[in-house]
Amino acid sequence: MSEAMSALKGETHTGFATVAEAGLTGMVTIRADLADPALAAALAPLGLTVPALRQVTAAGGRSLGWMSPDELLLVCGYDEAPGLAATLATALAESHALVVNVSDMRARFTVSGAKAREVMMKLCPLDFATLPVMEMRRTRAAQVAVALWRSGADEISLVCFRSVATYVMGLLEVSSRRGGEIF
Amino acid sequence: MSTRLAKGGRLLDRSKPLNFTFNGTPLRGFLGDTLASALLGSGKTLLGRSFKYHRPRGLVASGVEEPNVLVNLGRNARLEPDQRATTTELFEGAEAASQNHWPSLEFDIGEINDKISKLFPAGFYYKTFMAPKWAWKHLFEPVIRQAAGLGAAPKEADPDRYEQTYAFCDVLVAGGGVAGLAAALAEAKAGKRVMVMEQTAFWGGRAPVDGGTIDGLAPDEWVRNAIEALEKMENVQLFTRTMVSGLYNHGYVIGYQRVADHTPGDGRPRHRLWRIRAGLVITATGALERPLAFAGNDVPGVMLASAVRDYLVNWAVSPGDRVVIVTNNDDAYRTALAVLDAGLSVPVVIDARDSVTGALPMAVKARGVRVLEGRGVAKVLGRKAVTGVEICAQAGEGGVIETVACDCVAMSGGWSPVVHLFSHVGGKLIWDEAGAMFRPDATRPPIKADGTALARAVGAANGALTLDALCAEAGLAAQVEPEAPLAPVWVMPAGAKEALKFKAFLDYQNDVKVSDVQLAAREGYTSVEHTKRYTTLGMASDQGKLSNINGLAILSDALGQAIPQTGTTTFRPPYTPISFGAVAAEAKGEIFQPLRRTPMHGWHEAKGAHWEPVGLWRRPYCYPRSGESHRDAVNREITNTRTNVGLLDASTLGKIVVKGPDAGRFLDMLYTGMMSTLPVGKCRYGIMCNENGFLMDDGVVVRLSEDSWLCHTTSGGAEHIHAWMEDWLQCEWWDWKVYTANLTEQYAQVAVVGPKARAVLEKLGGMDVSKEALPFMSLAEGTLGGFPARVFRISFSGELSYEIAVPANMGLAFWEALNAAGAEFGAMPYGTEALHVMRAEKGFIMIGDETDGTVIPQDLNLGWAISKKKDDYLGKRAQARVEMARPDRWRLVGLETIDGTVLPDGVYAVAEGHNANGQRNTQGRVTSTYWSPTLKKGIAMGLVVNGPERMGEVLDFPGDGGGVHKVKIVDPCFYDKEGEKANV
Amino acid sequence: MLTFTCPYCGVAAEESELTGGGEAHLKRFGPGSSDAEFEAYLFTRKNPKGVHFERWRHAYGCGKWFLAARDTNTLEVFGSYPAQTTEPPADLIAAIKNKRPGWEGWK
Ligand SMILES: [Zn+2]
Repeated sequence: MSEAMSALKGETHTGFATVAEAGLTGMVTIRADLADPALAAALAPLGLTVPALRQVTAAGGRSLGWMSPDELLLVCGYDEAPGLAATLATALAESHALVVNVSDMRARFTVSGAKAREVMMKLCPLDFATLPVMEMRRTRAAQVAVALWRSGADEISLVCFRSVATYVMGLLEVSSRRGGEIF
Repeated sequence: MSTRLAKGGRLLDRSKPLNFTFNGTPLRGFLGDTLASALLGSGKTLLGRSFKYHRPRGLVASGVEEPNVLVNLGRNARLEPDQRATTTELFEGAEAASQNHWPSLEFDIGEINDKISKLFPAGFYYKTFMAPKWAWKHLFEPVIRQAAGLGAAPKEADPDRYEQTYAFCDVLVAGGGVAGLAAALAEAKAGKRVMVMEQTAFWGGRAPVDGGTIDGLAPDEWVRNAIEALEKMENVQLFTRTMVSGLYNHGYVIGYQRVADHTPGDGRPRHRLWRIRAGLVITATGALERPLAFAGNDVPGVMLASAVRDYLVNWAVSPGDRVVIVTNNDDAYRTALAVLDAGLSVPVVIDARDSVTGALPMAVKARGVRVLEGRGVAKVLGRKAVTGVEICAQAGEGGVIETVACDCVAMSGGWSPVVHLFSHVGGKLIWDEAGAMFRPDATRPPIKADGTALARAVGAANGALTLDALCAEAGLAAQVEPEAPLAPVWVMPAGAKEALKFKAFLDYQNDVKVSDVQLAAREGYTSVEHTKRYTTLGMASDQGKLSNINGLAILSDALGQAIPQTGTTTFRPPYTPISFGAVAAEAKGEIFQPLRRTPMHGWHEAKGAHWEPVGLWRRPYCYPRSGESHRDAVNREITNTRTNVGLLDASTLGKIVVKGPDAGRFLDMLYTGMMSTLPVGKCRYGIMCNENGFLMDDGVVVRLSEDSWLCHTTSGGAEHIHAWMEDWLQCEWWDWKVYTANLTEQYAQVAVVGPKARAVLEKLGGMDVSKEALPFMSLAEGTLGGFPARVFRISFSGELSYEIAVPANMGLAFWEALNAAGAEFGAMPYGTEALHVMRAEKGFIMIGDETDGTVIPQDLNLGWAISKKKDDYLGKRAQARVEMARPDRWRLVGLETIDGTVLPDGVYAVAEGHNANGQRNTQGRVTSTYWSPTLKKGIAMGLVVNGPERMGEVLDFPGDGGGVHKVKIVDPCFYDKEGEKANV
Repeated sequence: MLTFTCPYCGVAAEESELTGGGEAHLKRFGPGSSDAEFEAYLFTRKNPKGVHFERWRHAYGCGKWFLAARDTNTLEVFGSYPAQTTEPPADLIAAIKNKRPGWEGWK
């Protein structure tokens, strides 16, 4: 796996906030009936619980986000993702479910700093002032789809499709330039 | 002559002088000045020329309503035309120039238009340029274009940056005057999230200039306290230099923040557009004073009474030594007092009312000023500057009673609440007879998504024009001189003769006069909207802030109907113009739009790929080498692929996984063919139609396991087809157990194509790719050259071909490994044009070339891909319509020119006879046409009436320049019809 | 710019995050249907000035289709609900009737 390269190889810019591509990230899409006990059972060995509406749960360095009423996104290590996907698929073999490794189709970013949300306010029609920590939102950043959640008090994690990683980094860089602080 | 006074100026910081230029002349102002106050303070009163008649013009107003003084500001890349001097804050080094004159502001050739102004009445353009027909394009339009337009556009790219910001609040207060601040305090104390936006750089609105007390405090002090209190509250955000530009549906509001107009080049974004969702918008936008319509009311030196006292009080600028006041209300007497307080003189107050008894007039009289009752201005004397006024009886037709010398006229026709925001999305207005004004009807406000009120007007914007009225509304105690009622005055004098009405301006910026509106009424324009467009009243960049009410009152009078019966024109955002930069914001340069890049994008770029846009993707069209034309490169890539091996980045192909117990049944509905019977590990070409029966997408479907399929779509179609699948699964067959996932970007995909393709893969090693292990139209999974890979034996070129998918993050490494392994076999990358030519040589259709949204699969001889066994699939019912079985449908054929040349794209074959428009009848058209380096001749595909039954016929395809292409109908498969090359 | 509350996510999404899908509660007619039925299914649409039931997809969000009742004249939104139904929920119909006493019903 040594030849794998994330879309932007960890590109980082620091303005009034720091924007960084997070490098190789494992991601697994799980489509299933979220109330299916088999799903909870499949996740239990990872210490993860099925997130409630729009929530993100986390354990052991992995997180699990609510993407839609029948879809979750597991964020994990890049190298472990194929194995985790296979294990979960096996555990859900008797259920109607689709588990698939999607680590390569997205790029992940972090926006950090005390004014991190002022970067995102310029791009997404979301009320960041009232967005709780660890709540997943799928929305629009300028002209593309993103999923994001406040992964810490002063940090926002964001994923977009790999093909538009350069565009999203452009948005983040421009929006975090010094002098562009809103408040 | 205007001048700066030695003392005063509540907004000035005299310790900070600022240098600026006007038409190249160095001038000086102070921090706190607007460009307008600084110009006036520097003795400049002639500041522009009017649009149509090139009449000399000066400042009329002191704020956003100013129609006349629009300047070119800045130079080179920072040149910006039409900047309103009254809302431009002065900054060090500002360069301003007047507009719309030649050769100079003082001497303007265009002034001839004024001398012959009777030749340019309302509707002049409509009436004059009707005939002859040719003249519009060749004579009139070029001449008018030369003369039209204000200001000059910059020729260089804008160096500044702009941005947008989303925001959410419970209450947005538009306007930071007393009414707005009082409302903000009340809402904030109730715990609401409040945003307050004030368009100027200062809080307080008119009250600090107009006087009185609020809760026992001078207005300035009350405002200071209010701002201090609001600043301390965490639930309040305060913005100056931010105009609420428009209200839109469901509480969407646009705010326009001029972040750095007054500090150019300081590294901050110049403008920021706020995209706000508000639970309630409180419009505290004040009121605008109306001019009076008398002859010569546009001569430089004639100003709104409120503007005269703004210049005096805010900026210590005297617009003139001898200021004549002309009014129909008490408020204008405040200007008389301000003039007297500044040590200047008021020769006379001309009041149109028959009896003047109010407290303010009495106070003016008490200071020895002559107040004339029942009088009006017949005419202003002077051309480039006011020299005096001729006074007449307001009730008469303009006979001069006396002439008074003066250098400034302060006029007031009453006030109009700023109802724009309230009206933008359907808030209704009522006519207030006593105030002679339209004001918001609180019972019919604009509404939000839940049907409740979106906006509430307060203060002057609600018709509470006096300090005591607006304070009473806000629950504050005020003390201020009481005002006697005004008397509506729409024309001065009431019976003004034609000659006077020809010089009585309503819309200064567009040069619309009282006579124009009356002419429009005489010519049959009864709707205010039509009159607006016919006369251009209110259509200039000030959108009629000064002229609309006067204009529609005059129209009402001419039509003999009441003002509310005439109604207002529609108020539309923005309230004042906003910059294109703020609208575009970040969307420029590299991030103008999202370009989609495959994992190998950088490699292609480094190899000098010529790009082809495919949706938002960029795909290499070809890889020209030094000295090669694009055509040469394409031919080389094709020949190399057909003789050696070619590599294509096919990552953009859509890849959608469909899984579940009902997945087979679902795909049988989606595709015209049968997918449920496809064996695991096998591939099948599939086509999809919409419910109209028309072809919408195609691609190879692969069965991955017992309950999962992988559907390849066209490059442009992945998102659309995925959404199409989800639509049917969610909205029609929601009880079917099927999940989909669009995995397009999970994989980098490479087509390895050509006779030596197998050798390249064997060199990489790790998988058995022999004919036996991996036959045509099958799938193998394994590790190829160390990469986890899915290998599909499919071909879009007619050659031995493998398409290999690897994880996208390994795409570049895999591509480089293939290029290295292929070197000894002559492997070269090829682009989309080579792909297109090779598929055309094989007669394969391309969605978007052979299809255009009106083509059914049967038209393309794809009947073989339609299952006859199925009861239903999407599009099947439509394909059973009589129209779809017509024998004369246009159907796919190959086309070959008799002389071997390449047919132009999109040309039509003509048939006998002419249609109803006198055009030749047609019987076919070209859908794809190329030079085939393989066959050394032009090849094409096209749709021809009943084409497949007409093999060998020769058709005429007229081309450009009168030539006709003789074209033979042939089989669309030009190359290896038996398919031997792919099946090795 | 409109906002709708996505019944799956429970958030108010603005129009730029949504895709419109036209009239809701269409009944599909396939092979075997008459020309008139098929024409009605494909082409004949209500165009009321007033209450309208329509399809929206939370395209930039959860990706799900939902249905909404909206007044095409005032743009008031009466409610939104999941697409997996052949008719509007009874409580929504009651709420609309309450606000629009003269409304002739959804069919
Ligand atoms: Zn949703």
